[in-house]
Amino acid sequence: MTAVRPEVAAGEAITELLAGFIQELRQAGLPVSLTENLDAMEAVKHIPLEERDTFKYALAATLVKNNTHWRAFETVFEVYFSLRGSRYGIGDGEQDALAQLLEELEQQEQMQGDGPRSGSGGGENMTPEEIAEMLYKALQRGDAALMRAVARQAVRRFAGMEPGRPVGGTYYLYRTLRNLDLDAVLDKLMQQARHDSPDPLTPLEERLEQDEYQHRIDQLKKEIEGEIRRALVADRGVEAMARTLRKPLPEDVDFMHASREEMASLRKAIYPLTRKLAVRLARKRRHGRKGPLDFRNTVRHSLSYGGVPAEPKFKYPRPSKPEIFVIADISGSVAAFARFTLHLVYAISGQFSKVRSFVFIDGLDEVTRLFEGVEDIAEAVHRVNTEADVVWVDGHSDYGHAFEVFWQKFGKEISPKTTVLILGDARNNYHASQAWVLKEIEKRARHLYWLNPEPKSYWDTGDSIVGEYASHCDGTFECRNLRQLEKFVDYLA
Amino acid sequence: MADETYRFESVQEVREGLRKVDYLSDEGIAGIVYLADRLGKPILVEGPAGTGKTQLAKSVSEMSGARLIRLQCYEGLDESKALFEWNYKKQLLRIQAERGEDKTWETVEDDIFSDEFLLTRPLLEAITADEPVVLLIDEVDRVEVETEALLLEILSDYQVSIPELGTIVAKQIPLVFLTSNNTRELSEALKRRCLFLHIDYPDLEREKEIVLTKVPDITDSLADQVARIVRSIRQLELKKSPSVSETIDWARTLLLLGIEHVDAETAKSTINILLKYQSDIAKAVRELDQEHGTIQKAAAGK
Repeated sequence: MTAVRPEVAAGEAITELLAGFIQELRQAGLPVSLTENLDAMEAVKHIPLEERDTFKYALAATLVKNNTHWRAFETVFEVYFSLRGSRYGIGDGEQDALAQLLEELEQQEQMQGDGPRSGSGGGENMTPEEIAEMLYKALQRGDAALMRAVARQAVRRFAGMEPGRPVGGTYYLYRTLRNLDLDAVLDKLMQQARHDSPDPLTPLEERLEQDEYQHRIDQLKKEIEGEIRRALVADRGVEAMARTLRKPLPEDVDFMHASREEMASLRKAIYPLTRKLAVRLARKRRHGRKGPLDFRNTVRHSLSYGGVPAEPKFKYPRPSKPEIFVIADISGSVAAFARFTLHLVYAISGQFSKVRSFVFIDGLDEVTRLFEGVEDIAEAVHRVNTEADVVWVDGHSDYGHAFEVFWQKFGKEISPKTTVLILGDARNNYHASQAWVLKEIEKRARHLYWLNPEPKSYWDTGDSIVGEYASHCDGTFECRNLRQLEKFVDYLA
Repeated sequence: MADETYRFESVQEVREGLRKVDYLSDEGIAGIVYLADRLGKPILVEGPAGTGKTQLAKSVSEMSGARLIRLQCYEGLDESKALFEWNYKKQLLRIQAERGEDKTWETVEDDIFSDEFLLTRPLLEAITADEPVVLLIDEVDRVEVETEALLLEILSDYQVSIPELGTIVAKQIPLVFLTSNNTRELSEALKRRCLFLHIDYPDLEREKEIVLTKVPDITDSLADQVARIVRSIRQLELKKSPSVSETIDWARTLLLLGIEHVDAETAKSTINILLKYQSDIAKAVRELDQEHGTIQKAAAGK
């Protein structure tokens, strides 16, 4: 690597560089405290900057304290240091890849021996066929350097990047991937694998081969994404890019518009949260663990110390088990949220001994038994969607009727120990609200909370009547992402 | 801090050292262990169960020849179990014994609140040790949020304040590992004081290497197969994915059974070593049986 590092000014320059980086992280929504900032400064003194990976891990260890933030950190790191880093000798191995590529090309030419080729192996203007062949080779061998080279070529050739064009990276990614046609490549690889093996592949072997290639293809996609990012940064500058590349952190992802992948990470994040919720709701049970002095017991124990009350005994408060009723809307208007809701309900029922869950559209049904003893959440959700009897007339949400049914069937079972959670957008299709049910529930239950997946600005517009219900609830909360859900949990404390 | 002696010279040294005690680290793990030593900061290790979080602490202690002091966390852990406790019974005896003599209360008090009557628990023990130690605070996410506060003083300043005795400052800075299975969010205060290390399932090559080191007699091809199958199984949506330790157990089992080549049948009959839930086993068996086409669909849908 040729980049020169001015040794003298390095310390100061690094401080500045890091300060900028941390600024960038904060703007991406990562919480970086002052002490962490100082730690990072201290850490880089001990890590040689030339070791890019170690440098990255060192920064991550001091600055990122939550694994779900890792991806956001990585993106910011890459973008931020791809341009500025080289001044300080923080390379990103691009040159190596390029050198590798050239070498590779030469080898190829020698192997094939197909005479003179235009452009004397510079790799700048490869034809699509050549790229396809290289891609095939890279994937077959699983050679990381070669894959990076292919990614570079493919982006250059297919993405059709135009300087200054205000298009997001996904557009270029899509164009590149479409041209590479990775599905066909995968088929070809599989055929080759089948051909190479002396015996016909068993299903298991086939599956393993396929997983391996799929894994490599995923890696290639990542390379391509990184490559596009680099190109975009080079085009538009770090500041502009950092802003457009910023993806919401997992806790800011909207439940209603979460992609499949985001949904998966959300699901993982729910479990710690429900545990927290459980702890909060059960707090009464632990708080003041040492109750008043238990005189009898103390005297009883003092006997073993010759009458000296050396070991005071206390009365332990009898824990009251919190009881939770979850009533969730699973109608079409909140379909995405409902899926999440069901996961939440499932997670909650794993934490509390006494959870009863109900789902409704225009009718209402208890689904507690569907969650009980089911180990596979996907199956539970499926059963709720198919078995629960929630449609009364037409399958459009009717909160009023659903609440009425709830009150008739289960109202008596609400006790002062019960906390009732209602999850829904309160879009009632202009039916009667029957808000008196909530009023009654509030009277009987310990708490009544409403979680609404809609942005607050949409509340009480159109057929939403959340305001009417809210007047009877102990609290109504906007709950569109994990952060807000967490806030709600904190509120309970 | 400047001319303090460090445990490790370079990241490379950490890596090599860990390898010698049969712990295969990667750049991240070795780098952070090195950094923790340099900065004198605790490491908070997080990740799925069975990926070698606790083992890391053990291996580091083995490698550096330091004594390992372990504090296993559980719900209800308190000061008297983690930090120190006064030895009531002994104190009582002392008071009884001195009853006849003419001593003022002050001298008695000084007497019974001295080192002699102090029962050291793991945290205090780690601080007061003369020789280098590695302190492992295992499964810190199991204690309540309130109890976490107990750890803060020792983690940031390496000292313990005992009301009757004053502050005890560490004679040497122990290398501290905290592990967490992430069953709940740890408090900001705790996280801020630590370096954060997430250990995930290893990638294919590393897992294969781990199997090769931990199961000495295994053939290269079998280890490769084991690692591949485990990776495939981890891609399914399971209640509990197979951990590294379970991978090793499985490899050992296959070896004991004298199997050199894993086919679908052997995989199915021994899968209960990898997976512990009946529903997971059923799912994996179903997947292993599936024909090519359906798998592709599943892969594309992921």
